[in-house]
Amino acid sequence: MNPVIPPVTPAGDALKGAQMLHDASEAPPKPPAAPREPLPADVRDRPVPDVSHGAILYLESVSVSFDGFKAINDLNLSIDDGELRCIIGPNGAGKTTMMDIITGKTRPDTGTVYFGQNVNLLELRESEIAQLGIGRKFQKPTVFQGHSVFENLELAMQADKRVRRALFARLSDEQRARIAGVLATIGLNGYERQLAGSLSHGQKQWLEIGMLLMQNPRLLLVDEPVAGMTEQETEQTAELLNSLAGKHSVVVVEHDMAFVRSIARKVTVLHEGHVLAEGTMDAIQSNPKVVEVYLGEGA
Amino acid sequence: MHGIRNLHTTRGWVGFFVVAALLLVAVPVLNALPETSPLHVPDWLIPLAGKFCCYALVALAMDLIWGYTGILSLGHGVYFALGGYAMGMYLMRSMAGEGVYRSELPDFMVFLNWKELPWFWHGFEYFPFALLMALAVPGLLAFVFGWFAFRSRIKGVYFSIITQAMTFALMLLFFRNETGFGGNNGLTDFKRLLGFTLSEPSVRVALYWLTALVLLGVYLLARAIVRSRAGRVLTAIRDAESRVMFCGYEPLYYKLAIWTLSAVLCGLAGALYVPQVGIINPSELAPAQSIEMAVWVAVGGRGTLVGAVIGAASVNGLKSVFTAVAPEFWLYALGGLFVLVTLFLPEGLTGLFRRLRRTRAAEARA
Ligand SMILES: Nc1ncnc2c1ncn2[C@@H]1O[C@H](COP(=O)(O)OP(=O)(O)OP(=O)(O)O)[C@@H](O)[C@H]1O
Ligand SMILES: [Mg+2]
Repeated sequence: MNPVIPPVTPAGDALKGAQMLHDASEAPPKPPAAPREPLPADVRDRPVPDVSHGAILYLESVSVSFDGFKAINDLNLSIDDGELRCIIGPNGAGKTTMMDIITGKTRPDTGTVYFGQNVNLLELRESEIAQLGIGRKFQKPTVFQGHSVFENLELAMQADKRVRRALFARLSDEQRARIAGVLATIGLNGYERQLAGSLSHGQKQWLEIGMLLMQNPRLLLVDEPVAGMTEQETEQTAELLNSLAGKHSVVVVEHDMAFVRSIARKVTVLHEGHVLAEGTMDAIQSNPKVVEVYLGEGA
Repeated sequence: MHGIRNLHTTRGWVGFFVVAALLLVAVPVLNALPETSPLHVPDWLIPLAGKFCCYALVALAMDLIWGYTGILSLGHGVYFALGGYAMGMYLMRSMAGEGVYRSELPDFMVFLNWKELPWFWHGFEYFPFALLMALAVPGLLAFVFGWFAFRSRIKGVYFSIITQAMTFALMLLFFRNETGFGGNNGLTDFKRLLGFTLSEPSVRVALYWLTALVLLGVYLLARAIVRSRAGRVLTAIRDAESRVMFCGYEPLYYKLAIWTLSAVLCGLAGALYVPQVGIINPSELAPAQSIEMAVWVAVGGRGTLVGAVIGAASVNGLKSVFTAVAPEFWLYALGGLFVLVTLFLPEGLTGLFRRLRRTRAAEARA
């Protein structure tokens, strides 16, 4: 009676949502409050961010200091649902520290950080924040070196991550298909049995992005994805990130200006832990304040 | 966990059953041969083999926590000794009235002029209770200790030093007569276990056989754990803990679970060890004892399980030879062995075998 479940591809989330609506019109009336997208039964209860006002992430007057040094200083930032945002700023501007705060690694001294309007991230641990659907790629590529590419993706996959469940977990065919889909997305088809530690630098960066995708994230925080990549790899990464925007909200920190120009719609400039300017790449590049502290440096 | 068949390749299973047959069938059968036979396994070798199985059990427990999860404990002697003491207390209580002083109390208490049994000795006259305590006390201590240590994110060498300090502190405590565990003599002169006379050769074979069986079972359990997704999370914690957290796992619970299990297994090993060796005293709590446990795993090769067993057997084999020939040199030999392994065999003996096999395969191809 029920129509065939569409194959799950990482890029197919939006499509799947549409299919669901279509199905609903044919199927007998179902109880309301069905999840936005079908989640595994055991993770359905993860809090869903309320994005009715458009923003998926709010930072308000956030400050943090290390030994008296203000790494983040009264930072205000808001990211829209589905947006691809680039964050630039000179070394030590506080970009990584900002991601540390969002993901629970660093607690700010003051300020508020909300996921949607309803989830206060400052009350949660790193693992809980990750389970909400906030994925993070580190500045230095961090994958599980001793595990195969396939196992890396398997471990990252959204699932019940309690010890007892992980002890008895087995991959379903659907989950295998999902892993295969992500492998294709990140261009690592055929590498699934290779140890992650033996991948090239660029491949590790992609694997790490793939691991984020496996988490079914709402928000992706990507710290310097093209550092150390060849020109061609950089281009492929730009394509990958571009394809993710819309389905996910993506925040990219990057120094490579050409790269930022190739993906950016809106750019935020961070300087001394504070937002210096925000706007299109062109507006940013002609902003005298920005030219002075940042772009001017390199010229 | 995977189906039982997926734990090993066919070749792995064949190897497992060969070893199982050697331990469970060959040793007792050869022991039963007449003494004139060249294949006869002498009686004195049986408890020694049982002791080695206990050490191998400890090595498996160490490998789970160190080799796979990357947490170096230098205090696993604590859990081993606690398991041993619990069993020792049962063995003492089971011979009430038959000691040198013919008292209801264990001899050392009479000697100390104690009039009644301390409260924590109650219940140990029952074997099931003692066995439960042999597992629960190490488990509970490990759980509480692990909870605080892992929650405060104490790691690496700091963690190792704290575990080492703990075994040292406990040793000093157990050395005191007033603590109530027989002071520096510990518990000894046992007679019977569940009515069976411990000096009886057939009882010794049975104890050995049981220990070997437990070892094989624990090996399969450990194998099932490391082959599960939870096992992969453990290794991931070892390699990149922050990534594990940002994947949505809470490392605290994984570490706590494997740490507690590891302690319980050591307690089990201790409980099997004491009736076969006939004594438990605070020397098991000496810091060097716990370090030796880590050396077994390092020598055999970390993160392979099989390596842990091989390491425990080979280092203790060497130790037996040394204690017979030149006991005063054993600690130097142990230190030297550790340095050699660290410098030349970072993956231990199993790593060496692997390398040899690869070279041979490469030569065969050439
Ligand atoms: N845990 C910490 N303890 C002390 N100081 C810190 C800590 N984390 C960051 N800092 C300091 O805070 C400032 C901001 O660092 P952050 O890593 O956020 O900069 P960034 O913008 O990511 O720079 P880069 O472009 O070099 O990656 C730096 O001066 C750094 O030294
Ligand atoms: Mg940074």
